[in-house]
Amino acid sequence: MDMFAVWYFVETTVNGALIGLMYALIALGFVLIYKSTDAINFAQGQFVMISGVMVAALAADYGVPIVLGVIIALVFMILFNVMLERIVLRPMIGRPVVAIIMATIGLAAFLEGLFPMIFGATTRALDLGIPNDPIIVGQVYLTPINLVGGAVALTFFGAFSIFFMKSRKGVALRAVADNHQVSMAMGINVERYFVLAWSMAGVVAVLGGLLWGSAIGVDNTLAVVGLKVFPVVILGGLESIVGCIVGGIIVGVIEAWGGTYIDPAMTQPWFRDFFPFEGGGTKDFLPYLLMIVVLFFKPYGLFGKVIIERV
Amino acid sequence: MFHRESGYYKTSYASDSALYPLPIARFAVAGFAILFFVVAPLLVSSYYLTILNLVGIAIVGALGLNILVGLTGQISIGHAAFMSVGAYTAANLATRFDLPFWITLPAGGLMAAAIGIIVGFPSVRIKGLYLAISTLAAQFIIDWFIVHTPAISGGFQASIQVPRPSVFGIILDTQRELYLFILVTVVIAIIIALNIARSRVGRAFIAIRDQDIAAEILGIDVRRYKLMAFAISSFYAGVTGVLYTYYSGVANNEFFPLVVSIDYLAMVIIGGMGSVLGAIFGATFVTLLPIAIDLFMTSVGPYLIEDTGALSGIKSHMRLILFGGLIMFFLVVEPEGLNRLWLNIRSYFRVWPFSY
Repeated sequence: MDMFAVWYFVETTVNGALIGLMYALIALGFVLIYKSTDAINFAQGQFVMISGVMVAALAADYGVPIVLGVIIALVFMILFNVMLERIVLRPMIGRPVVAIIMATIGLAAFLEGLFPMIFGATTRALDLGIPNDPIIVGQVYLTPINLVGGAVALTFFGAFSIFFMKSRKGVALRAVADNHQVSMAMGINVERYFVLAWSMAGVVAVLGGLLWGSAIGVDNTLAVVGLKVFPVVILGGLESIVGCIVGGIIVGVIEAWGGTYIDPAMTQPWFRDFFPFEGGGTKDFLPYLLMIVVLFFKPYGLFGKVIIERV
Repeated sequence: MFHRESGYYKTSYASDSALYPLPIARFAVAGFAILFFVVAPLLVSSYYLTILNLVGIAIVGALGLNILVGLTGQISIGHAAFMSVGAYTAANLATRFDLPFWITLPAGGLMAAAIGIIVGFPSVRIKGLYLAISTLAAQFIIDWFIVHTPAISGGFQASIQVPRPSVFGIILDTQRELYLFILVTVVIAIIIALNIARSRVGRAFIAIRDQDIAAEILGIDVRRYKLMAFAISSFYAGVTGVLYTYYSGVANNEFFPLVVSIDYLAMVIIGGMGSVLGAIFGATFVTLLPIAIDLFMTSVGPYLIEDTGALSGIKSHMRLILFGGLIMFFLVVEPEGLNRLWLNIRSYFRVWPFSY
């Protein structure tokens, strides 16, 4: 096997894994909320979108420096999420899963209409000052924004792990995640920790918005990234932060392989004799296919909490 | 004869599950039948018949999804994919084998039901969010599969022209003829849905929704009934897809994206989960909402905003905002949806004006 193919393989895989870490960052917002409040947030992609749109629009249309824009976005997202939790999701505690899913889908539609109406629906670039020239390691070309994204994601995962393991608030949040009633009985103010979880999800969304916005530009389609969250969290397991990273990397790598190996292979004659498919685009559904296969063997994901149901 | 009862006087299961609980129900049904079968096609103009047609198609889909979500408590975010399956099945049968609609309509439904059983298979092991996401996955996978298989999608742009359906040699190509065609299908769909809800199968569905382990202990074969719910529901979805194909004259996967799945879920929820009437209310409401916004914006909008380009942008955004806002509003404030509002009004007038 010639070296070029090997390098190419390494490059695809590493870049895929880095993108996967950026997926994992968005998925983290989802997991944080699910873990602590049992709410399923289908609007995480929209959170990412609105924070990206906000920073980009403030910078482009109002001349606000990026740093200030990010601070505004952070404050807004935290306030917004706290309000959201209070008004929409708290009244729905204990309602069937489908109702909560539907409420956040409604929220997603709401945000997708509201923000482009305020800031305009044009595609904007979000320049964080990260160079575009690839960084070359050996013969592997790495995209700088993916490297920065991966690094930021890893840093944040580290920080969150320490927070959950060591700090008092983190331990309390884990207790809340485990059982609301018992934590109330132990004197934990559960509602305050719901607010904390939602604010953290807001912060993560702003980060995701910045990274993804500068990687692919900012407009309504940024929310599509949110759809990638689901294979990530299901593969990893809904309650697990480690699962988030592993799931993210798996999804990123599978997508990269799908784009560089499976799509071209599908145009080959030997393949078309078996399956008369046209065109590529396998990277869009391969993560979902993998997810379904995993669900058949491990219904709660790779690292998820196995729930034993009692009547 | 035209009165409602003044309290609850049902003494047997038969009277409780009767299709016509009171004589007035019979008259109401007859009245609606005359209204929709005779008066509407004669008096309503072609443009409004278009809207009625869209509502009718939506009702069939919402009834089906209601059986899955409202009665059985499962969830499907991939319902548009089943419609796509039905649409392409019918389109292929109609163009390649020249089959009439009374074969392609059930055939589209059956094909969708078969796919629905496969998609519903994970529901045997998983539920809740995991199931929701596996049906979401089905949406993407089925969509990809159809578009990228020329044998199914007809190649370029994945669209197939479909000949208009014909009944006894009359080709249904005006809105009025299509209206009657869709109306008959809707009526059959409503009758079947009503009867499923009050039969043994429907009661098993409800038992599974309320507590599936308890249902299993009661001797209900949970797997079988869950898959049956998926099959019935996707049969309805397939028929919806076929209707839409015949209505628009072309089968295209662009008609059935993820957003449509969400629209149908919204219909079931806004209407009120688990009731046939609710599904009808919800389908009507969600279909009419964008049309009403459009009408409002074109009539009132120019006085508010000068720029026509900005106005058309705001229209599409307003639709999303109102749609999302209403879903959240209903879920938080009135979880039982429009159906509950209707029941409230009805029970207020039950003993009116002597309410004490």
